[in-house]
Amino acid sequence: MSARVLVGVKRVIDYAVKIRVKPDRTGVVTDGVKHSMNPFCEIAVEEAVKLKEKKLVKEVVAVSCGPQQVQETIRTALAMGADRGIHVEVSGKDYETLGPLQVSKILAALAKKEQADLIILGKQAIDDDCNQTGQMTAALLDWPQRSPEDGTFASEVNIEADKLKVVREIDGGLETIKINLPAVVTADLRLNTPRYATLPNIMKAKKKKIANVKPADLGVDVSSRLEVLKVDEPPQRQAGVKVETVHDLVGKLKEAGRI
Amino acid sequence: INLCHLLSTIDMGIFQRFARIPLKSTYIWSLCRQYSTDLTAVDRALIQHRCVHNRGLGASPGNPGAAPPRLPFSRVTQEDLAFFRTLLPGRTITDPDLLKSSNVDWLKTVEGNSEVLLRPKTTEEVSQILRYCNERNLAVCPQGGNTGLVGGSVPVFDEIILSTSLMKQVITFDNISGILTCQAGCVLENLSNYLEERDFIMPLDLGAKGSCHIGGNVSTNAGGLRLLRYGSLRGTVLGLEVVLADGRILNCLATLRKDNTGYDLKQLFIGSEGTLGVITAVSILCPRKPKAVNVAFLGCSSFQQLLETFQCCRGMLGEILSAFEFLDASCMSLLEKHLKLTNPITESPFYIVIETAGSNATHDEEKLHKFLEEVMTSSLVTDGTVATEATKIKALWSLRERVTEALTHEGYTYKYDISLPVEKIYDLVQDMRGHLGDMAKNVVGYGHVGDGNLHLNITSPSKDPALLAAIEPYVYEWTSKWKGSISAEHGLGLKKRNYIYYSKPSEAVALMGSIKAMLDPKGILNPYKTLPDNIH
Repeated sequence: MSARVLVGVKRVIDYAVKIRVKPDRTGVVTDGVKHSMNPFCEIAVEEAVKLKEKKLVKEVVAVSCGPQQVQETIRTALAMGADRGIHVEVSGKDYETLGPLQVSKILAALAKKEQADLIILGKQAIDDDCNQTGQMTAALLDWPQRSPEDGTFASEVNIEADKLKVVREIDGGLETIKINLPAVVTADLRLNTPRYATLPNIMKAKKKKIANVKPADLGVDVSSRLEVLKVDEPPQRQAGVKVETVHDLVGKLKEAGRI
Repeated sequence: INLCHLLSTIDMGIFQRFARIPLKSTYIWSLCRQYSTDLTAVDRALIQHRCVHNRGLGASPGNPGAAPPRLPFSRVTQEDLAFFRTLLPGRTITDPDLLKSSNVDWLKTVEGNSEVLLRPKTTEEVSQILRYCNERNLAVCPQGGNTGLVGGSVPVFDEIILSTSLMKQVITFDNISGILTCQAGCVLENLSNYLEERDFIMPLDLGAKGSCHIGGNVSTNAGGLRLLRYGSLRGTVLGLEVVLADGRILNCLATLRKDNTGYDLKQLFIGSEGTLGVITAVSILCPRKPKAVNVAFLGCSSFQQLLETFQCCRGMLGEILSAFEFLDASCMSLLEKHLKLTNPITESPFYIVIETAGSNATHDEEKLHKFLEEVMTSSLVTDGTVATEATKIKALWSLRERVTEALTHEGYTYKYDISLPVEKIYDLVQDMRGHLGDMAKNVVGYGHVGDGNLHLNITSPSKDPALLAAIEPYVYEWTSKWKGSISAEHGLGLKKRNYIYYSKPSEAVALMGSIKAMLDPKGILNPYKTLPDNIH
C-alpha cells in the first residue's frame, strides 16, 4: 500500500501537573511547567505506527504547530515510529490564540501538499477539550470523518482496498463501518495503548528529518476571531459540616431552605 | 561425638537434629576450641554462628524469630481504661473490630492481642500516658503507619497500642533553610505534597509513603529510594522531641544545621524502633524540589553488566543521579501476573531504574542521553526507555515500587533485607535458588543496588516451617561470611531481634542493653523487639 498518513500531535501541559491560573487571569501558567504530548495524540501516533507495521501504509508523518519546543513532541512521535516530521512555526501572540479552526486549516493545506491518504488525530486536547479539529479538518477537505471510538470500545482500524474499515463495539454488539479514503480518523482513549519509546528508537529518531514550514507558506491565516476575556479557577469546594444528631440535620436542612 | 566435624560439614539436617539435645553453648564452644587448629577460618566462623544460633534464643531452637513468653507486665484493668478515657475522650479504642487492623502487621504475618488503642493528639498527652503506664508497669507498643516489615509495629501480646495517627500537624516550615518541623504522625506522602507546593521535597521516599508516618520512619531509620542522593535520616534529621519511658519530655527539637553542644542524643533514638522513647516531633532538613526529573528504565543481560552500568552511571551522571534501583526477571513476571503491569521494554534478566534530578532540564537531558548512548553502543544495556513527563515517570517507578505488593499475592513471603558488598548481591539470590530448589515457589531479588542493599524474597503458597528452616540461618550465615548486615534498613523488630549477633559483636549488644536499662528500666517500651531475648 502506498498510503501516507498524517498524524497531528499537540504539545500540552502534562496531564499530572497541577494547573495554576496566571495572576492577570488571561490564561494559565505555562512557563517552566512540564509539557508533554497530548495523550489522545499519543494514541493517534500509536495507531498510525501500527498501520505501518501491518504494512497497510507506507509512511507516517508527524505534524505539530507551535514554537520551537514542539520539536520535542515531534521527536517523541518519531521515537514511537513515525518516519518524518513537519514543524509548522507559530509563536508568540499567534500561538496563544491558535485554535482548532486555524490548525484544521493548516492540516488541510498540508494534507493536500503531502498528498496524504489518511489523517489520524487525537479526539481532543486535554488543555482546551475542544474536540473540533478532526471534524473541521474533514469538512475543509470534504473528506469523511470517523471516530473509531465514539465513546465505546474500538476494536480495530484497517485498510482494505481503498476503504478504511473500522470495527467498533456498540451496545448491541460489533459494528463494522467502511468509509472511503481519503478520510480523517480521530482516536479516543480505548483505541490502543501507546508504546514506550525504546532507546534504540530514540537514537534512530535523532536522525529522522523534521521540516520547518510557516503558515503563510501554506496560504493559511492564523489570526483568531476569538478573544479570551478571562480565565478563572473553579470555585473552591466548600467544606462539609458534621452534625451530631438527626434533629440537627433536619434543622440545618431547613435553614438552608432545602426542606 | 566429634561435634565439630559434624558442625563443620555443611549439612543443615544433621545439625538440626543434634540441636534438640540441650547442649549449653559454652560446652560446644569449648569443644570447638580444642579443634580450632584443624579448621579453616571459614569453618570457625560458621561454627561460631551456629553456636550463636543455638544459644537457646527464641521460643524454640531453630525459630529465633518467634515470640518469647510474655514478660510479667500488668494487665489492663477497668481503672486503667477509666484513666485513659478521661485523658483521651473518644480516642481510647477498645472495640475489637477497630483494634484488629492495628494488631496485625502489613504483611499479615504477626498478630497481637492488644485490647486498647490510644490516639493522643499532643506531646503532653503522650507524656501522661507513658508516665501512667510506667507507674502501672503496663507495656506499650508505639505505632505509626504500621507498614514495618519485621513485626516491630504491632503488639506481641496485650501491649497497649500508642498510635500517632492523630499527631499530624505541620508545626513550622522555613523556606529559606528548608527545615520542616512536624508532629510524628504526619504521613510521608502528605509531607511530600505540602513541601512540593513550596518547591521542596522530603529527603526520603519509599513505596509505603501513602501510609507511613515520619515518626515511624525516624524510629526505624528508614532508607528508601533517595538515600543514594540525600543520605540517611541520621544526616537529615536535625532534631527530635521524644517522650521517655517515665513520661519525661526530651525536647531536642533544634532547627540548626550545626550544633556541637554535648552528646548528640537524637542519634540514640533514630533507629531505636520505639524501644528507647516515643518520638513525638521531628525537625528535618529538606532539599529543594528538582526542576528536572528524568527516569530511565533499562534492561541488562547479566549482573556484571548491571554493575558496569552503575559505574558508568556514576561517572557520567554523577551529581544528578538520585536513584539506582534494580529488579530481576522474576520480579517482572510477578508484576505482570498479579498487578497486570506491562513491561515497557524487551524481556531481560535484569532491569534498572535510574532517576536523575537536577536544576536544568536541558543539561540533564544532554547528560542522560550521552550516558544512554554510551551504554547502548557498548552493549552494557540491551534495551531501555526514558521518561520526562510526570505520568510516565510514575508508571516506570511503579515497576520497582510495587514489587512488594505483587509478592503479597503469591501467598506467604519470607523477606530478607541484606546489605552486602555490591558485587556479591546477586550471588546470594542465585545461591538461595540452588539451595532451596523446589521447596520455594519463587526466589526474587530486587532493591537499592546503588546502596549495596538487596531485598531477597522467597515465596511459598503458605507458611512452611520446613522452608523457613532451609532458609534460616543459611541466609544469615552467608551474609555474615561476607561481613554484610542482616537487616540493612528494615530494622530488627520482632522477627530478627535474635539475629543481631550475626552483624554486631557481643560487647556492642551488651552496651545496647545497658542503654535500654538506663532509659527504660521497667522495659515497657515496645518489649520483645530489637534487642535479643538474652539481653535481660
